[in-house]
Amino acid sequence: MAERSFAEEVKKLRLGAGDTFTGEGILAITKALLECGVGYVGGYQGAPISHLMDVLADSQEILAELGVHFEASASEATATAMLAASVHYPIRGAATFKSTVGTNVASDALANLASGGVTGGALIIVGEDYGEGSSIMQERSHAFAMKSQVWLLDPRPNLPSIVKAVEDGFELSEASNTPVMLLVRIRCCHVHGSFATRDNQRPSLTVAEALSAPRRDTARIVLPPASFLHEKEKVEKRWPAAVEFIRSRKINEVFGPENGQVGIVMQGGMYNGVIRALQRMGLSDDYGETKVPLYVLNAAYPLIDDEFLSFCEGKDAVLVVEEGQPNYIEQAFAAILHKAGRDTRVVGKEHLPMAGEYTGQVMLDGIGAFLAANAAHLLPAKIRAPNTTGNGIEIADLAKVVPGRPPGFCIGCPERPIFAATKLVEQELGRHHVASDIGCHLFSIMPPFELGATTMGYGLGPASASAFNSAEATRRSISFVGDGGFWHNGLTSSIGNAVFNRNDGVIVVVDNYYSAATGGQDILSSRAANRSKSTKHPIAEAVKGMGVKWVRHLDNTYDVGLMRATLKEALTTAEKGPKVIVASSECMLNRQRRERPVLDQAIKAGERVVRPKFGVDEDVCTGDHACMRLSGCPSLTVKSLDDPLRDDPVAFIDQNCVGCGNCGEVADAAILCPSFYRTDTLHNPRPWDRFVDHLRRRAIGFLQRRRESRRLTFHNA
Amino acid sequence: MPESARPIAAVADPAEGAIVKLAILAVGGQGGGVLADWITDVAERNGYVAQSTSVAGVAQRTGATIYYIEMCRDSGRRPVFALSPSQGDVDILIAAELMEAGRAVMRGFVTPDRTTLIASSHRISAVSEKIEPGDGRASSAKVMEAARVASKRFIAFDMEKIAIEAGSVISASLLGALAGCDVLPFDPQSYEDAIAGGGRGVKPSLAAYAAAFAKARGDRPPSSAGSGAGPTNEGATHLTPSEAPAKAPSSSTPAAPAGPRVQLAGWDDLSARIDRLPEPVRAMASLGLRKVVDYQDLAYGGEYIDRLERALAVDDQGRGFRFSNAAAKHLANAMCYDDLIRVADLKTRSNRVARVRREVGASNETVLHVTEYFHPRIEEFCGTMPVSVGRYIEDRPRLAAFLDKRINRGRHVRTDSMSGFAMLWAIGGLRRWRRKLLRHQVETEHLERWYGLALDRAATDYALGVEILECRRLIKGYSDTHARGESKFNRVLAGLNLLAGRDDAAEWIRRLREVALKDEKGEMLDGALKTVASLDGDATQH
Repeated sequence: MAERSFAEEVKKLRLGAGDTFTGEGILAITKALLECGVGYVGGYQGAPISHLMDVLADSQEILAELGVHFEASASEATATAMLAASVHYPIRGAATFKSTVGTNVASDALANLASGGVTGGALIIVGEDYGEGSSIMQERSHAFAMKSQVWLLDPRPNLPSIVKAVEDGFELSEASNTPVMLLVRIRCCHVHGSFATRDNQRPSLTVAEALSAPRRDTARIVLPPASFLHEKEKVEKRWPAAVEFIRSRKINEVFGPENGQVGIVMQGGMYNGVIRALQRMGLSDDYGETKVPLYVLNAAYPLIDDEFLSFCEGKDAVLVVEEGQPNYIEQAFAAILHKAGRDTRVVGKEHLPMAGEYTGQVMLDGIGAFLAANAAHLLPAKIRAPNTTGNGIEIADLAKVVPGRPPGFCIGCPERPIFAATKLVEQELGRHHVASDIGCHLFSIMPPFELGATTMGYGLGPASASAFNSAEATRRSISFVGDGGFWHNGLTSSIGNAVFNRNDGVIVVVDNYYSAATGGQDILSSRAANRSKSTKHPIAEAVKGMGVKWVRHLDNTYDVGLMRATLKEALTTAEKGPKVIVASSECMLNRQRRERPVLDQAIKAGERVVRPKFGVDEDVCTGDHACMRLSGCPSLTVKSLDDPLRDDPVAFIDQNCVGCGNCGEVADAAILCPSFYRTDTLHNPRPWDRFVDHLRRRAIGFLQRRRESRRLTFHNA
Repeated sequence: MPESARPIAAVADPAEGAIVKLAILAVGGQGGGVLADWITDVAERNGYVAQSTSVAGVAQRTGATIYYIEMCRDSGRRPVFALSPSQGDVDILIAAELMEAGRAVMRGFVTPDRTTLIASSHRISAVSEKIEPGDGRASSAKVMEAARVASKRFIAFDMEKIAIEAGSVISASLLGALAGCDVLPFDPQSYEDAIAGGGRGVKPSLAAYAAAFAKARGDRPPSSAGSGAGPTNEGATHLTPSEAPAKAPSSSTPAAPAGPRVQLAGWDDLSARIDRLPEPVRAMASLGLRKVVDYQDLAYGGEYIDRLERALAVDDQGRGFRFSNAAAKHLANAMCYDDLIRVADLKTRSNRVARVRREVGASNETVLHVTEYFHPRIEEFCGTMPVSVGRYIEDRPRLAAFLDKRINRGRHVRTDSMSGFAMLWAIGGLRRWRRKLLRHQVETEHLERWYGLALDRAATDYALGVEILECRRLIKGYSDTHARGESKFNRVLAGLNLLAGRDDAAEWIRRLREVALKDEKGEMLDGALKTVASLDGDATQH
């Protein structure tokens, strides 16, 4: 059950010839897979390709009708290994994941797959998570294509182009017996556009049919002597075949005038940005009619030497627009020209930054600088000799005013109390080495918690603390791993490793019932019943199965006191070996999505429903904000009092509070202050509730009147 | 890349029928995606081709996030749209929160030649703003000012409030503001159709839309079209205390209290004493008086005025009675220390019950359960004992520990229930004996030391006296928090010895107090104290 409902999107997968699909780029790719007669699809969720997985997960009927097998793989390596089905059988298969993190995990399978080669088209759709909004290390997938010699498609970022790239990708893969990577960037995955659909195709051979007619070919298996032959085959057969396909099918595109003294070469994904820069310099119209010749590499690897050379014909200089580093393409082109003895100059990173996203301003500056240096006559006077920078208006520098707003835990997040407890334990036992992992829980490294020293990869949190295991040590390391990372490979790489090496550290498994950070997909330990997947496999059982003796399972992370006590015990117990705490509470984002409608219904239906919310007594709160230093919840915020006697703003809980309980628990556990209170609103109270309430209010009212009649009361005080 | 050291500015101002560029800056969870979908839908309903992009995933959880839309009249040919906004190339920028508007200006997405900036003026405080022990909030006024200068048109009002009042979410009121300021050539009806087409929560959304639409229309002075400033009165309502001219109490005397005749007469006598005070001190003093009488009783109010008069003795008109005003304010706070009795009293009052119901939005019929979170320790227990008993226990650590084991526990008290309320009501009733209790003795001694010190210094260094009084601001909170605050208070005043004889001592104490409010443990304070220690004792220069 994913964060979003994809009922509408699923319908779109049924569109046929003559229809128009309108929606997200990544969903267009999903539809294209079915149009290309894909036989099986696997992948691992993660922005920006999560929606592909989510939609297919919700499309069981359609997939069944077509005989397509879909799998939510355990990891990117699993997804890529799955493509082995296309090694001997003419079945088209696709795997998808976030890159480069996913490609890192997948590269073992990828290298083996690439060595033996494929019979059926094998497409690997990588969501390049690079630039603004990225949540991972900044690297390029390009290097993986080069090292394993799989082909890399990088289509122009519009729906018709990426849909065509899916089709081209399968054919290229089959024509060259090589897996093909289709690279789409974040915004391209989430771009809203449309394309003309075709009918879905049933795979020419289904996995079921393949199973009933097994095939094998020793020559395809990675073992000497075959492995040596594979390498030769790559360069002697598959590479030329790929080059021939890309050339003859005109995968790469040329735009603009036949001849000009300069030109621009770019990855397909850079095309829109380049055009926008040219538009802003008056060198292109809104539709991409450019005055500067462009060579667009929808196939970024391999490069087509003669295609490039003929583009350079008669040009003094060519600018290579290649995002990220190293600048492999620019280097390759320089070598091609050099070997061909041409004097056309290749420039790129001189004008464009070596590192970082090619944003609008970067493109404008870089391309402008290139043209100014090599074809100034093309540029309008205003840019050649700008007489003013800006417009004279002084705009105050807000850098010191506007606070940063990094992502953080959601309202009511069940992970917040875990880190509040950890912070409290550190206040008591001193600071510890804390190793973090990938997932929402990584937000612990931010204020107000500032817990966590490193993050070394998905499911590798405890593994990254494995060195800190010494007989002389007087303090234990604490490492975190999410349920997603735990099942991805944490169970073996982290837990298994800790057991085998007798690591004495403390491991906290943050279990929120979903792969939450990637959009709330189900995983083995999810509590929800899933029509097509097997869930409800307890993490604690798996941990015990791995051989961990000291295991504690907390089923309510909001119990900060218990969480703190358990952590303290884990850090101080005499017991040797890994101490594993499984802290479970449901992701609040998903819980609200699940419960809200149900509760609203119940209230409408007249059932008795209790709705909790927290509040702060503004006259009891003294405005020290200690509570916020243990929370950071968006709905626990500050407000000014209209009281000249008070200097500092007091705590205030806004209407978004979901009553998770963290505020009260923390105030209690940390002995903060008595200003927090919880209100439980009874919807549709039963007569008994009303009766008791009536009695209580009368008695309480009596006591209040009694006291207030004996003292001065300042009602607006 | 020296060439691009100076960013290149684009040539062509967007011609008629050119691509319209619209960016939305929001805080993750505000529903910016819904807004982007609506706008795209509206564009398509009006014969435009539109493209929207966003960055989804964990990167946006409660963090700053951008949605971007490009659109142009459908000519049958497919235009080439960019996938992210560029500096100086945005026609309409919608900010769903004020600091996000500031971020947009910072990033160069708002330019005077073309950008219409539509911003909700409400604040969602960032974590960094909330965790300061003092007031860490960013200056809304600065952002409003910069936004006004940076934009071609600036439409700002509290769209969050409008949405909440309509029972909807801010995306609806933002869409209303967009339609209302009439910067897109679209038929208003088409916006409502888009909302209706969305299907979920249509009625409240339309209400929020309509309210914001009207406000955007109304808030637009006829001159403003193209000329620059939008509504100019918004900033004022968003000043944070730190920047507002120090909150001056209104001199208009607040409503008289209610109560038994005898006490009202006593109150009038006290009020009369206040009225005899110099005018500049009256307002603050009368607020202070109300606070201490409300806290304890009339006699306590008398003590308050007695103390205050000692300040007036060393003060005079020439200095604008700054010292006496500070005394009026901080004496009241010091005398109303937060003890168990105070908390119990506040939580059992009828106006508190009313406030809670108001905050939850519960009608008088609604059945509401209220749970309080207490965690008393031996310290609080002893503080609430008669001096002798309290001291007896405190002097015997083993006995104290024994008792603490039984007391020191989180207690969740239901103040809507008879037993829970009665318990707190009884504790609140201890007010009558407060003067005999240990905590009162401790607090009074502390107050006298501090106040005496201030009076003493004020005689020779008026400004320093004022600053010493202001240091009272450092003491707040309960248990550990209170202890931390008191230690900061002591550390700052310890600076006095280091500053002896310097004529900039007051200035230094002010700085020390301000850094003390910056972090929890007062590490910055310790740093500042080192600086003070390193100052050369020579006071004659300056």
